[in-house]
Order: sequence, then C-alpha cells, then structure tokens
Amino acid sequence: MALVRLCRDCGAEPPEVARRCAQCGSTRLVAHPELGALAIAHIDCDAFYASIEKRDDPTLADKPVIVGGGKRGVVAACCYVARLSGVRSAMPMFKALRLCPDAVVIPPDMAKYKAAGREVRRLMEETTPLVQPLSIDEAFLDLTGTDILHKGPPARTLGLLARRIEREVGVTVSIGLSYNKFLAKIASDLDKPRGFAVIGRAEAESFLAPRPVGLLWGVGAALQRRLAADGITTIGQLRAYREQELVGRYGSIGRRLYRFARGEDDRRVDPDAPTKSISSETTFAQDTGDGALIEAELRPLCAKVAQRLVAAGLAGTTVTLKLKTADFRIRTRAHRLDRPTQRAEVLLETALLLLARELDGTRFRLVGIGADGLVPGREADPPGLFDQQLGLGSASISSSRALIVKSL
Amino acid sequence: MKLTIERAALLRALGHVQSVVERRNTIPILSNVMLKAEKGKLSLAATDMDIEIVERVPAQVSRDGATTAPAHTLYDIVRKLREGAQIELDAGSDRGSMTLRSGRSTFTLQCLPPEDYPHLAGGELPHTFQLTASELKQLIDRTRFAISTEETRYYLNGIYFHATRSNEMPVLRAVATDGHRLARVEMMCPEGAAGMPGVIVPRKTVGELRKLIDENEGEIGLALSETKIRFAFGEATLTSKLIDGTFPDYDRVIPTGNDKILEVDCKTFAEAVDRVATISTEKSRAVKLSLDKNTLVLSATSPENGTATEELEVRYNAAPMEIGFNSRYLLDIAEQIEGEGVQFAMSDAASPTVVRDTADPSALYVLMPMRV
Repeated sequence: MALVRLCRDCGAEPPEVARRCAQCGSTRLVAHPELGALAIAHIDCDAFYASIEKRDDPTLADKPVIVGGGKRGVVAACCYVARLSGVRSAMPMFKALRLCPDAVVIPPDMAKYKAAGREVRRLMEETTPLVQPLSIDEAFLDLTGTDILHKGPPARTLGLLARRIEREVGVTVSIGLSYNKFLAKIASDLDKPRGFAVIGRAEAESFLAPRPVGLLWGVGAALQRRLAADGITTIGQLRAYREQELVGRYGSIGRRLYRFARGEDDRRVDPDAPTKSISSETTFAQDTGDGALIEAELRPLCAKVAQRLVAAGLAGTTVTLKLKTADFRIRTRAHRLDRPTQRAEVLLETALLLLARELDGTRFRLVGIGADGLVPGREADPPGLFDQQLGLGSASISSSRALIVKSL
Repeated sequence: MKLTIERAALLRALGHVQSVVERRNTIPILSNVMLKAEKGKLSLAATDMDIEIVERVPAQVSRDGATTAPAHTLYDIVRKLREGAQIELDAGSDRGSMTLRSGRSTFTLQCLPPEDYPHLAGGELPHTFQLTASELKQLIDRTRFAISTEETRYYLNGIYFHATRSNEMPVLRAVATDGHRLARVEMMCPEGAAGMPGVIVPRKTVGELRKLIDENEGEIGLALSETKIRFAFGEATLTSKLIDGTFPDYDRVIPTGNDKILEVDCKTFAEAVDRVATISTEKSRAVKLSLDKNTLVLSATSPENGTATEELEVRYNAAPMEIGFNSRYLLDIAEQIEGEGVQFAMSDAASPTVVRDTADPSALYVLMPMRV
C-alpha cells in the first residue's frame, strides 16, 4: 500500500516526504501506509479538567495546575506542566504537592467540565453517528463509510475534528486511529498530548509483542500477577498458548487475551452501550473507623445514586460498597438484592449491612456506593405485602451491627 | 479410642453431620467432626455454632475415647473406600492424630483435642411435642419456598412456627414470607405444643432438617425454648439456635374479603404459565392474567423477544379484570398443590391475592400482584 501523508492542521495531503505542509506550513504531519484505510478512533481529551481551567484563566498557561479536592483528596487531573514534576492523576494530593510544591490547586467544578464534555461530544456526533462515550472526556468513534460525507478519509476527518475541538471548546485532544477499539485506545495514549498515533494491521502484532500484558484491556493488577506467576509478562508470550489453554487457565478473559495478543478485537463501536453501574464516592476530611461517621457520609451518597437511577430510568439489583483504607487498599463488597431498587433507603440499608462487617478497627479514607446489575426503572421496588408494617428508612449502623449478630 | 465400623454406616452418619460444617472456618476446630466411642457406639457431632447435629451408630469399640478430625476430609475418604469395606479408626494416646485403616489403605489425620470442641449448650427446652416425619415434611415443603433471602430482613430468613387457634380449633402453624408472597400451613395442634412460644427456624436449619426427614420415618421429637429448638430422630439429633427477631403480624396482610373468585385446573394452569413465561426476559418474569366470564387469557410481553398468549377455560363469574404476577411465584405455589384445582381469590390488580388448594384448606398462599 502506498504511503499516505496528511497534514493534521489543514487536512492537506502532501504528495511527498516533507518536513512542513506545503499548504499551511505546519510541521504536524502524519504518514502511515494504512492511513487511508483505518476508521476506528479513540479520542481522549488531554488533562481535561486542568485544560479547562487553563482555558478559563490564561495566566495559568505555563503554571503547574492540579485539579483536586483539598489537601486530603486525590489528583483528579493535572496539566502537563505538573506532570513534568511527576504528578499523576489519582495520586494523593499530599504526595502531589510534595513533588510539585508550587502547583496551583483548583477545586473541581464538575458542572463546568460536564458542559465542556457535552460540547466535545456534540462535535464528535456531528462527525459520525457512531460515537461511544466512555466517560466525560473520551470516546470511541467509528468513521467507516464517512469518506464521501467528509470528502476525505477518516484520518483527515479526525485531524479536522481535533482542530475544531481546540478552536470551539478550547481543549486539546489525542487521537488513536486503528482498525479496532482496543488498538485505537492504545494508540491514543502513544503520542499525548495533542497527539495522533496510528496502529495499522501490518504492524499490530509486532507492536504488541514486546509490550507488557497490563496494556491489554481487562488485565488489571490481579490478573497481571497471575500471568506473571505463569511466566507471562509480555503480550508476545501470550501467543505461545492456544485459546483453550488460556480460557482453561484464566476463564472467559482468556478468549480475549488470545485475540488481543493477535491484534484482534471484534467489539463494535456502540453508541447505545448501556450504563453498567451508577455510583458515587467521597473522601473523608479525616481517616476514620467510626461507623456512625461513615454512615453520615454514606447517606447523601445513597441519595445521589438513587436520584441518578431515577433520572436514568434504571434500577439496581446489586449494591456495592467501596472502602479505601488509610493505607490505600480498596475493599469492595457487594450484595445482591431480591428485587431491583432505586430507593435511597434500600441502598443505605444494604450498604450499612456491608459496612458493619468491615468495621474491624481499620481506618478508612474513602467510602463509595454503587448500584450495578441495572434493569429498567419500571421493575424497581415492587409493592410488597408488609410495606405499611415494616417501614424503611430506620436503618442505622448500630441497628445493622446488631442485625449481623442476629441473623444466623 | 479404637473401633471398627462398616463403611455404609459411617458414611451415612458422616453425610448428615458434615453438611453442617462450613467450608471455610476462622475457628479451626469448627472444621472438625467430634468422634466419641463408648458402650458399643460411635457418636459423631458437628456444629457451626448455630446448628449442631449429633448422630450415634453401632460400632465394635475396642477402646473408649474421643477425638476431633477434619470433617470434609474424613467424609471424602470414607466415600472413596470400597462398598462393604470395614473401617478401623484408631486415635492413639498422643491424640494429635487419628489413623484410619481399611483393607490396604491407611490414612493419618491431624486431630484437635475433643475437650476444645464447642457444644451448643442445650439449656432448658421446656416445650416438647411429637410430629410424624410426614407432618413435619408438609409444614416445611409447603412454606420453605417463600423464605426471604434478604439479609436486611433477617426475621424473614426462616419459617415461623407457632400455636394458635383457627376456627375455634387449636392449630400448629408454619408461615414463611419474603414480603411479596406468603405461605401458611396449619395442622391440628399436637399435644404439648399449645403453650409454645412463636419461633423462627433459620433457613439453613430447615435445609439440614429436610435432609434428615428424608431418611427417617416415624416420630420426630421436638423440644424448644424461646432461643433454641431440638429435633430428635431415633439416633440423630439436630439442635439449632432460633432467629432472634419478631415475625411480622402476617394475619393483617391476608385479605378476607376478596370476592373475585377464579378456579382452574392446577396442572393445566401451571403448564400454561410456564409456557407463556418463556417469552419474558425480565428477571421478574411477569405474566398477565386477563379474566372474563369463564375464560382466562395468560399473556407475557418482552420488548426483545415478542409476545405470548394462551387461553384457558376456567370458572370465573365476577367482573372482568386484569392482574399480573411473577410467574415463578405462581409455579412455586402450583408445585405445592396436591389436589386438582387451585382457587384464586382476588380484589384488584394492586391488592394481595389469596391462593388455595380447592380440596385442602390446610394451606393458604398470599401473592402480591405485579404492575404489568
């Protein structure tokens, strides 16, 4: 296949190797033999929250900016200046400030970020109807068949979309372009910020082979440890095993490992991918092991999750309690309900039951509550025989602790 | 302790007691079964601190004594030995281990001292009465499906047994509910039960009890206090703690004035419900009943799958109505009805419906309708 070149700033297609675009003078040129044939993209906004803060306050442009909650929270986002000092998102704030003492810390303004996220989403959806949002600031796009509409290959359309997002929303994005979702997502991370990276069919296997298995979607710390124990640390090593062997050893994820290791992924870009869970969490002002204090933090979280369930027309069949200990270990405990719910009292009652079992003197820094196994809202909270007799809303951590003792 | 015992006898008794032992235990000795040999009998005991099962089997005891050995391991070994094999158990003087010999096989099991084995202190069990195995089986089978599994409603996680009066007659009642359906079965009050307190027997106990009933015919001796209950079957005894809670006032949710009466052949009805529900994709598996004069149309719809309807000839003379139920609940009840006919007494689509066996007044079921 012939090498295809593209100027990311003006969409021109330079006929030959050049350092600058003949049309606009930009040096941001991409060249890849399959550039004209790839249509699945992952777009990720660069340091989204921090970029929005910089957009709104130009004096911050060259300063390290961290968005996060107070001294005890964690870094929600950090700009690339702050990253030079080693600050990363999800890092505890105290550690971030030790690494980068002169950082400007800004408390998050979620409403503002959501509005910007919606703008970005709108521009994506004007480009292709097949947009699958993953979060407020990233999405998969399938641009198959948009060549005629946009008078050019997907690569060019994406370059122009990135420029449009910069101009109209004021944040930069990084684009990964490939032939499936999993590789597109990996690609978008290769050239951050303001990047454009391409992984074609020809080089996918050789690109993946030397990389750590943790790069694969679905391979977290636990599975990584198991794989390492079996002598598998790189993606290339996975290819020594047959599909049945991987499934036998690691369960259904084995099938995915087998395919991913070969650069295969047949998941579609699904604009209607359903919400899988609704959750909310909070970090305490001070670490605590006191059930009553954690309960006080849980109540508003349950109310918020219930509100969001109602707003989304969904009901949860499983309640998940998340706790983070003072030494940053995460405990999640789940309870399956007999019947789906969207009521805050049911969420709270169940969460307290789970919480009561975890109160062993450990100090916690964070609590979260989630509703999973979502079903249509019309199935929520069917009326029961004893609704008048057995009132809800009286649950407390002390009654839940007593309950654990009572239930056999 | 030293004894010889026939494999089948040991396997049967171990089978009963080992199922009480939890697979994972924080207290090591709770993984063990207590073995005690005296007077020509081997007594086996296991507990999870809430339930205790003790069973005695005849054995050739050559030296009295006791030890505790890992229950699941011992059970698995005995299970794998050849049928008809003789088994020798020998816990020597050091008592830290027990040797099991059978034919050419020898096993040495790590043991823990019998003195440390916890006993579910019986305490005084002042109320005693007798039930036949088939009576207790009826009380359990026709109610247990309605037991709640929702731990936040711990007082619904069992069967409520109590003595009361029904139509001026003293009765013993078993009741279970998960808050959306309720099952109530009663029988003539056995002698000695009239003064008993209402007790909630936990779900796990009900399960263990049910296994023992299957292998025992004849009389079962019950003894209970407000906190414990004991069931004595010949050589086996099951003692259990009771759920420390108040069972809700269930009588108040059993409607008495429902006047829309539907009567239908139970088997035909259950088969039709099962067929129609196939289409339903919701977890709740809702089925709609549309009633008109002597006809019942069962229907289900699923946005993904499509629709299903089936028409049945029934006895119904009240005003036309529509009402929805969880098909699983309908089938659970139908399964417990032994007679030919089932009767539904309804009020409206949002109020509890009463279901009975037309031929047997001893059982009654209440179902909360669903929105359909």
